[in-house]
Amino acid sequence: MFENAPILKSTKDYTATRNACKLCAPLGASIAFKGIRGCVPIIHGGQGCATYIRRYLISHYKEPVDIASSNFTEEATVFGGGANCYTALNNVIGQYNPEVVAMCTTCLSETIGDDVNLYMHNYKEDNKHENLPHIVTASTPSYQGSHMDGFHEAVASAVKTFAKAGAKGKHVNLFPGFVSTEDLRQLKYILSDFGLDYVMLPDYSDTLDNPIWESYKRIPEGGTPISEIETCGSAAASIEFGTIINQGSLSGRVRSKSLSSTAASYLENEFGVENHQMPMPIGVKLSDTFFNALEKISGKEMPTRYKRERGRLIDSYADGHKYIFGKKAVVYGEEDFVIAMTTFLDEIGIKVVLAATGGESGKLESEIRKYCPERGEKILAKNHFDYENIHEWCQENKPDLFVGNSKAYYIARELNVPIIRCGFPIHDRIGGQRIKHVGYSGTQELFDKVVNALIEYKQDHSPVGYKYM
Amino acid sequence: MSNKKGGYPQPPFLQKIKRMNTFIKDRQNQILTKGNSDTKIACGKASVAGSVSQRACVFCGSRVVLYPIADALHLIHGPVGCAAYTWDIRGSLSSGPQLHRLSFTTDLKEKEVVFGGEERLYNALVSLIDQYKPKGAFVYGTCIVGVIGDDVEAVCRRVTREKGIDVIPVMAAGFAGSKKDGYKVACDALVKLMGTDTTYKAPEHSINILGDFNLAGELWMLSEYYKKMGVNMVACMTGDGRIDDVRKAHTAQLNVVQCSGSMIGLAKEMKEKYAIPFMKVSYFGIEDMSDALYEVAKFFKSDEMMEKARKLVKEELSQLLPALQKYRQDLEGKKAAIYVGGAFKAISLVKALRLIGMKAVVVGSQTGNQDDYDLLKDLCDEGTIIVDDSNPNELSEFVKQTGADLFIGGVKERPIAYKLGLGFCDHNHERKEALAGYDGMLNFAKEVHASVCSPVWQFMK
Repeated sequence: MFENAPILKSTKDYTATRNACKLCAPLGASIAFKGIRGCVPIIHGGQGCATYIRRYLISHYKEPVDIASSNFTEEATVFGGGANCYTALNNVIGQYNPEVVAMCTTCLSETIGDDVNLYMHNYKEDNKHENLPHIVTASTPSYQGSHMDGFHEAVASAVKTFAKAGAKGKHVNLFPGFVSTEDLRQLKYILSDFGLDYVMLPDYSDTLDNPIWESYKRIPEGGTPISEIETCGSAAASIEFGTIINQGSLSGRVRSKSLSSTAASYLENEFGVENHQMPMPIGVKLSDTFFNALEKISGKEMPTRYKRERGRLIDSYADGHKYIFGKKAVVYGEEDFVIAMTTFLDEIGIKVVLAATGGESGKLESEIRKYCPERGEKILAKNHFDYENIHEWCQENKPDLFVGNSKAYYIARELNVPIIRCGFPIHDRIGGQRIKHVGYSGTQELFDKVVNALIEYKQDHSPVGYKYM
Repeated sequence: MSNKKGGYPQPPFLQKIKRMNTFIKDRQNQILTKGNSDTKIACGKASVAGSVSQRACVFCGSRVVLYPIADALHLIHGPVGCAAYTWDIRGSLSSGPQLHRLSFTTDLKEKEVVFGGEERLYNALVSLIDQYKPKGAFVYGTCIVGVIGDDVEAVCRRVTREKGIDVIPVMAAGFAGSKKDGYKVACDALVKLMGTDTTYKAPEHSINILGDFNLAGELWMLSEYYKKMGVNMVACMTGDGRIDDVRKAHTAQLNVVQCSGSMIGLAKEMKEKYAIPFMKVSYFGIEDMSDALYEVAKFFKSDEMMEKARKLVKEELSQLLPALQKYRQDLEGKKAAIYVGGAFKAISLVKALRLIGMKAVVVGSQTGNQDDYDLLKDLCDEGTIIVDDSNPNELSEFVKQTGADLFIGGVKERPIAYKLGLGFCDHNHERKEALAGYDGMLNFAKEVHASVCSPVWQFMK
């Protein structure tokens, strides 16, 4: 049943990226910084950067997303953006009264060699008698890696800036990576049910998924407080989702080939906080890995609620397996998302024919082989892929379904096959931010969607119109 | 229609919000309240650093104008972001090729930033032209391209020579101004193409339509109106655009310009270069739409054409006006806040709202000029807040202060409106509903009605 994946016929290098399957680093950093309490991100670059990123995020989260810009001008480009940095800080602090200001760089500010950290240092010196908010920076030029590298750079930078040494506590750090707001809520329930105190960074479950407001909030409620991030250094352990994380930014580096460091690996090296790094918990196997780690860290058995969730999930695997066996799926999106989603689809008998990402770590294939040891070799795994690469591949190897964000809709439409919307972004539906992926209950929702989509496809294309499946 | 008793913002308004520190200090002269202030609004200023402006950059301005040219290759020379965020984001339809809906970028990496990206640009262009066989190509230079010193023009010249199609550089470094400056860059690119078709002879009574982007097929509707009057369209810049249409655009006798912000510069240049006169029109709302037809008939001094235009308007209105009545009944007295890209559109919207019984209480734009704002000031009721280059904080404050029931804006304003529990009408370039012309007016009324009269707001008061 599972023959080898077809080899890409034409490996012609188009040089150009056509319909990119990735976004730029400041977007990822902005999302991560939105997960810190009272934080206003500022993008140090031209005005378009902040506006485009806001527009992109608003279309997914359906929320106001305030990201300020230092509004680079020609003058700043020639003489340096220091003055703009200062004015931006003054105005953001005056207008928002934030707890934290996060400055993300851009291709422009990095190319002209702006030293944002120096500006920040000088700003603090000049205003040392003022009650300034916390300031954190992230180096996020869009010519290094993708939005995921920006995201993880922001998380790591926040930890490096604020985490302190201290007497070892009982709490755990959870670095969930780029998951949905519903996933973040789900993860918090799970940790609480294990009786664990935790610091989760980032936590944009409220800031990017607000309830209705009586009056406009310049800074939405929620997010991880700096006071909690400070305790990351004294945690009993860290759990970090993702095995690629920010390695994409290493690709094509000219100036420094030094290994980038993730938040949890920094804490391990600096403060001796044990790091449990694992793929995102999607599917039974990867959720088991997560729950096993929680059992180990907490010293408690899995709460009954989750045992039953797991049991129901596996029960449904039995109920649904026949409708999906051997169906050919294309999975695409961020690397860590693709690895976890591929592992899940593989364990339920769906044949992932193409796992593609615009990410640049070069490790997608080896990671997929690691987590899908039996059939991983037969999965075509592609770094540096864009949607037109996927499109052309699919025209030759017609898959049965697409699993990933809404951006491949145009390909699925052309092939007239279902697309299971998950991940980021979902621009053509409401509720994209509330899609649940993680844990047994997240997997349950994904599994039901996948099976039902394939049943619906069969039902719609049947001349009979069966009323029972 | 004085509304001084109507609970509208009174003079202390600005002072009050000043205390709340809602507004960035330097922005106060970009806001005025009609009836309270004789001063002129300040506009055309660069946005203040640190603001969450709803505006974009030079690149954005150039990209939106050229975007609908459907048989051209649009290659964005820079790192991935600029291309990724502008992939198929607009509702500009094409009746033929769909090449404009793909997003191409040279996706520059650190290597090119250090050693230069010309080679990568050349290779990208050649392989894309070989594969997609476009009629022409636009190469957008983004922020860092100028900084790293790539000679984009030289690469474009070389590829033009080698591939036999026009490859036009669009130098659109985001930092080099505002979105408005991007319009100019795009118009310059169009000028380079224009006049290169030397054989085409335009028929009698020929016009170009400038500044309609064929959102949701609006251009097709408009050209049908003009056709019924006996007016021919040579080129539309740039809805449902084609490279070859731009080449022969210089043969038209008149330029009819909408969205004055983006295209007025081109119209002026064409007047100078080709002696083609232009007129500013708007297709939103029945008054402006009808004027757009009458003015063209007047220009051609044709009684027959005017008669046809009158007949057309009469027919359209005889259907439209009764159809609008039922929406007007429900919407009478409701208040709207408008914040759109161009001020000219805002002016039409104020009028269109009046037609369905609504009143504009806040009117703002990203890129309006002094003339636009003077017009707005004359047109609006007392107490209406007029604002240039606003931001979410201000907009939400205005909406609250004025008790607006509806917000008209773009994608970025939508969640602000919904979060505060008021209706929303998307009037930006991403929209999927035709709002121009007579059918568009009915669609507008329907959309406003569907949002303002929805029962869901009861839970949010």
